[in-house]
Amino acid sequence: MFEYAPAPESRDIVDIRPSYGLFINGEWVEPQGEDRHKTVNPATEEVLAEVAWAGEADVDRAVQAAAKAFPVWSAMPGAERAKYLFRIARLIQERSRELAVLETLDNGKPIRESRDVDLPLVAAHFFYYAGWADKLSYAGFGPDPRPLGVAGQVIPWNFPLLMLAWKIAPALACGNTVVLKPAETTPLTALAFADICRQADLPPGVVNIVTGAGETGAALVNHPGVDKVAFTGSTEVGRLIARGLAGTRKKLTLELGGKAANIVFEDAPLDQAVEGIVNGIFFNQGHVCCAGSRLLVQESVAADLLEALKRRLGTLRLGDPLDKNTDIGAINSAEQLAKIRELSEAGEAEGAERWSPACPIPDRGYWFPPTLFTGVAQSHRIAREEIFGPVLSVLTFRTPAEAVEKANNTPYGLSAGVWTEKGSLMLWMASRLRAGVVWSNTFNRFDPTSPFGGYKESGYGREGGRHGLEGYLAV
Amino acid sequence: MSERLSVRKTYKLFIGGAFPRSESGRSYAVTSSKGDFLANAARASRKDARDAVAAARKAFPGWSGATAYNRGQILYRIAEMLEGRRAQFVAEITAFGGVGVKQAGEMVDAAVDRLVWYAGWSDKIGAVLGSANPVAGPYFNLSSPEPTGVVAVVAPQVGPLLGLVSVIAPVIATGNTCVVVASERAPLPAITLAEVLATSDLPGGVVNVLTGSAAEIAPWLAGHMDVNGIDLTGADAELAVTCEELAAENLKRVLRPPAGPVNWLADPGIARMTTFLETKTVWHPIGV
Repeated sequence: MFEYAPAPESRDIVDIRPSYGLFINGEWVEPQGEDRHKTVNPATEEVLAEVAWAGEADVDRAVQAAAKAFPVWSAMPGAERAKYLFRIARLIQERSRELAVLETLDNGKPIRESRDVDLPLVAAHFFYYAGWADKLSYAGFGPDPRPLGVAGQVIPWNFPLLMLAWKIAPALACGNTVVLKPAETTPLTALAFADICRQADLPPGVVNIVTGAGETGAALVNHPGVDKVAFTGSTEVGRLIARGLAGTRKKLTLELGGKAANIVFEDAPLDQAVEGIVNGIFFNQGHVCCAGSRLLVQESVAADLLEALKRRLGTLRLGDPLDKNTDIGAINSAEQLAKIRELSEAGEAEGAERWSPACPIPDRGYWFPPTLFTGVAQSHRIAREEIFGPVLSVLTFRTPAEAVEKANNTPYGLSAGVWTEKGSLMLWMASRLRAGVVWSNTFNRFDPTSPFGGYKESGYGREGGRHGLEGYLAV
Repeated sequence: MSERLSVRKTYKLFIGGAFPRSESGRSYAVTSSKGDFLANAARASRKDARDAVAAARKAFPGWSGATAYNRGQILYRIAEMLEGRRAQFVAEITAFGGVGVKQAGEMVDAAVDRLVWYAGWSDKIGAVLGSANPVAGPYFNLSSPEPTGVVAVVAPQVGPLLGLVSVIAPVIATGNTCVVVASERAPLPAITLAEVLATSDLPGGVVNVLTGSAAEIAPWLAGHMDVNGIDLTGADAELAVTCEELAAENLKRVLRPPAGPVNWLADPGIARMTTFLETKTVWHPIGV
């Protein structure tokens, strides 16, 4: 293995304020309560900033601002709304280096990923939906599809700015106004986005950002002035939201957990499959709802594949997320680290065999080495529960029918992977896998034109593409 | 010579292509709008509901895996069979009361036409809702709709035939299978419709019909972990909230009851189909 000299990205490009208020009606305002929360760099445990914890009164204020902005924004010609969104896309591109560094500082993900994946996709998402704003009558939802009103949006910490883009871009393109709550551990890029809204001269109240934890999110989704709720996060919270919205007229889309099978057949190109498996589960430290967390490998090639996979894992570089050579960054929070540890220990206790490459762990911060489990049974917790970390469970199969059976044996249905050189087998598998996204001979690809979302308990509704408009229109 | 005594029909449930009585042995008297006795109908239990879900689940791979052309042919066949029984349905609807022969005839005709409409949708919805997505990279990327799975349907309480057909057809046209809770007050046309379904080459279990109390049966279906979606069109406000809350447990796709009275003769649109469709997107690299 080559040695690499450190190649750290400079953090000087980012100007983090010591303290942030809430972004309501185009202005920074102080919350009514005293609650504040420190957001830390998970790679160093250094405090980055203090952010406000919005209470019910603050959420109410934000929803009212959004409701007041709705008549103006929804009545604006689509072509004008489009130009605002194009402006935002350009501002993101102009500031992408700064935003990538900020994302890496607050989230712990490698700068290589925030720079090369997150930020380009964020800008692309705004560009894509900008173009829809004046073409909605051609989208297949009738001649004059109407927006819903105020969208209450709650997003997770794994792709903070990208999830913001997935939520805000289609909502605004369709003529809705939004109140968005970023995750409690990763609020900083959403707050930077508020500044971008100001630079774009977006009318006040069209986008409002309220920071806080679960209670703030609950206040938002249950607010009677909200007409649309969009949530990305755990299935457990998604259930609570769905139950809470029963009997209302609020439209709901949910993008929840997953336990994707990544299925490798004996005729697959094994070197490519190994890269796909690594990308499937170790991309973003495995903090990916569609991660390929269950490797299903055909028995005849299991030994060869595992050997190649272990060799590859030995070359992964874990450490400073700002280093451009880093493959695996920090786990986002102490809480998440505890959850990954707990499930990994359960894997061992239930009889699976644990393996990690030799991997030095930094002294400070939250870290977990790339880990794989062999001898995993379908009944094991590590084969059933979403770990949301760099932990891969390996199972084997003999026939395509068995692979389908095992892959679908989960309450989730977000994504799946299939590796084979045989086209008819690939399509046969793709048609039988109960999952919203099937990657064949690739994994973890995303694009604003491509609908994303799950079957079963992975949620409902789609984000991205023409399909992504439906959740924000009265259809 | 005395007038011949007619042979009456026993109204039972329709589960897995068969016509069983309720396992509970219960029945209830169905009366006309004026209170005259019409027949006893089975009063389905929780066990019947669970049996119906098992039958619908069993039928799902075959029905969803059938070609869209084949499903369309079968829906059209249902329309043919319904047309042939026009007089029987008119008699059943007028016996219940509230509508005259002419209006009842119009309702049956509209139900036939609705089936024909949905028969045509089965092999077109994929083209209308699917898409080839121009992703920024060397990938083939295609999205297509797929059926959600087993759908519970609380049929409208009024408009027993047209309303019923209007909620069943969109669910099965796209490849779902269903368990239908018929109108509690006017369940007889639902069971007669089941006789039509049983003679239309529709595989057993694709449509299962339960009669009885919606308030009793629907919550079992709403909370059932092997049901993927629920149409609450026929649920009253209180029952709808109960069912929607229960449906959250496994994140069922929910079609809420309409905000006001429904005109079943109007263009139905495609929302009844899209609510119970998933979008699957398949990626594959392009290269030599």
